[in-house]
Amino acid sequence: MSDHVLSIKDLSVHYETNAGVLQALRHINLDVPKGSIVGVVGESGCGKSTLISSIIRLLAENATVPNGSIEFEDEDLLKLGQEEMRAIRGSAMSIVFQDPMSTLNPVLSIGRQMVDVQYRDNKTYAEKLQRSKEMLESVGIPDPAGRLKQFPHEFSGGMQQRISIAMALQANPSLLIADEPTTALDATLEVQIVHLLKELQKNMGCSILFISHHLGVIAELCDFVVVMYAGEVVEEGSVRDVFYHPAHPYTRKLLQCDPAVIVEKSRHLPTIPGEIPNLIEVPRGCVFRDRCDSALAQCATQVPEWDECQTGHFVSCHGVDS
Amino acid sequence: MSNIVEACNVRVRFRIHGTLQALLKGSKDPFIDAVRDVSFSIREGETFTLVGESGSGKSTLAMALAGLHKTAEGSILFNGEDITKMDDEAMQSYRKKISFMWQNPVGSLSPRLNVGSLITEPFHIHNLKQKDLKAESDRLLQLVGLPKHFSERYPHQLSGGQARRVGVARALALHPKLIIADEPTAGLDVSVQGEILNLLNRLQDELGVSMFVITHNLNIVRHISDRTAIMYLGRFVEQGDTDNIFAKAKHPYTLALLSANPEADPDAKINRIELKGEVPSLMMRPTGCEFHTRCPFVSSGCSDQFPPVLNEGKHWLTCHYPR
Ligand SMILES: Nc1ncnc2c1ncn2[C@@H]1O[C@H](COP(=O)(O)OP(=O)(O)OP(=O)(O)O)[C@@H](O)[C@H]1O
Ligand SMILES: Nc1ncnc2c1ncn2[C@@H]1O[C@H](COP(=O)(O)OP(=O)(O)OP(=O)(O)O)[C@@H](O)[C@H]1O
Ligand SMILES: [Mg+2]
Ligand SMILES: [Mg+2]
Repeated sequence: MSDHVLSIKDLSVHYETNAGVLQALRHINLDVPKGSIVGVVGESGCGKSTLISSIIRLLAENATVPNGSIEFEDEDLLKLGQEEMRAIRGSAMSIVFQDPMSTLNPVLSIGRQMVDVQYRDNKTYAEKLQRSKEMLESVGIPDPAGRLKQFPHEFSGGMQQRISIAMALQANPSLLIADEPTTALDATLEVQIVHLLKELQKNMGCSILFISHHLGVIAELCDFVVVMYAGEVVEEGSVRDVFYHPAHPYTRKLLQCDPAVIVEKSRHLPTIPGEIPNLIEVPRGCVFRDRCDSALAQCATQVPEWDECQTGHFVSCHGVDS
Repeated sequence: MSNIVEACNVRVRFRIHGTLQALLKGSKDPFIDAVRDVSFSIREGETFTLVGESGSGKSTLAMALAGLHKTAEGSILFNGEDITKMDDEAMQSYRKKISFMWQNPVGSLSPRLNVGSLITEPFHIHNLKQKDLKAESDRLLQLVGLPKHFSERYPHQLSGGQARRVGVARALALHPKLIIADEPTAGLDVSVQGEILNLLNRLQDELGVSMFVITHNLNIVRHISDRTAIMYLGRFVEQGDTDNIFAKAKHPYTLALLSANPEADPDAKINRIELKGEVPSLMMRPTGCEFHTRCPFVSSGCSDQFPPVLNEGKHWLTCHYPR
């Protein structure tokens, strides 16, 4: 058995569009070590949601996967049929989306839905209901027995999100995937969810792949962080290494843009000038070159290699000495 | 500076299912107050931000301000005219002067229209078809930093952030006097977020637009807003000049909110004011100070007496024991 619950190698995903083939992910490598929380950050449109859709095998109809493998518990998910994949989703692997209502059914009671997701278990209805109650309790919903009878709209946005986390964890998954689960929540609920995930991870020992634009949340929650840019992974390492010693120019700029670190009140916030490259005609060389302050001659022609700049800290940049 | 918006004691109610269900829940009232006794003003060319708990009534208030929800009580003056009493014709001309950016960018874009049609739709809605729509579409896309060829894309072919930018482009189409933006940067990376906020700031400086912005992101409030209000259970609990709120917040809920904000530093020393318990139901509002069930500083009187209003002009709050 490997030390990784999830190991993605050389993965590419393309979208067919009327303007041509959009190369949304190109030769991605990413590992989620067992029992760890890995954060993914990157520019809007860099392919984070595409990455997740390919892991759970729910890609849009116009998507193709020309190359790569997604090893999950030592099995290549890309080789599984839809039936086998459905068995994995919701048992060994589960997912929480930005909008809790995309997983909750508005016309069924919470209890009914929580019992339904246990359809594979060989338990009585009463046992399943009991398990649902315990899960609601573990995500901090008071009066869980009474609450099971209620419908999704009778809960606030924050509670709905906690319920969708409870449902995702019900089957004791070895990997929980969360795509911006706290974006719609206020700051107090956001930290509550972060604490909840940390605690559940500790108690249940699962691994978490967590996408967020909130750098503060990543810093507080994650052990490792993966930085993506225009369909590629450009840097990966421990949260401390990446936040304190960012190696890729894009990561450095991203961290500088965080309005939280700008002490003086300013009406002009820092941004990264320039545009993301057109993913239909991906430029030669380094994808970040056009927006990079320290581009070298070879950046225009050669794709930088994936190098270990420090132990456990990886980057793809010509400007970094390995 | 004069006020473009003056809202006074605004109340918005929703009917909850039937009276029977309300009775079963132990309440005799089939209505809930999603917004209650809210008063504020927006000065011309200023940004007013609203923060607060999920479900506290922020979007409801924004929709009332846009004339999309009926108010049960109170008045909302726009340049001196009460929008709650407008007839259809007056309302239509009011809608031309404001624009509304919805909280959910993808869901609010019609899936059958391409981006070009979506951002020029306001010209159709308001019968302004004489414009060169292709040129307008190019101009608006450029304004929000999307390449021209995006006009051919459909909403499902956009990432969350790209859909958000399309929403901004659409909101800017008719040069509004007032922009009401519900979570304009949720789901954007910090660089694109900066671009959108700089864009809104620039438009404000150049065109003098006023803005009403709802956000959960406290990090941006400090930079973009002149005044800030904090909402809890449908009421404002504190409001004032943004600098004042960040430097000397006095309401325990505001303090909890400000201290909750995670820092982009893995070793940050965190000193949080934790809130206990659950958000109370709007069907059964707590007695006394409605925050007392979760207030870490709850003390005598909080549970049975409504808190007094403390008003220093630049700083307004309601609390028995301000910090
Ligand atoms: N079905 C589709 N057809 C064509 N292009 C698509 C499709 N879905 C996504 N894309 C494009 O693929 C790229 C990656 O999109 P994706 O949604 O994965 O980004 P993301 O990193 O999740 O962005 P965000 O942070 O804004 O949510 C974007 O350029 C997007 O426009
Ligand atoms: N059409 C409606 N009918 C009944 N109740 C409603 C309706 N719209 C909103 N509510 C209720 O009114 C309250 C306020 O909702 P609102 O959407 O304004 O909150 P919000 O502050 O915008 O929350 P969030 O930060 O999660 O967007 C909530 O309890 C909600 O359930
Ligand atoms: Mg996404
Ligand atoms: Mg809202």
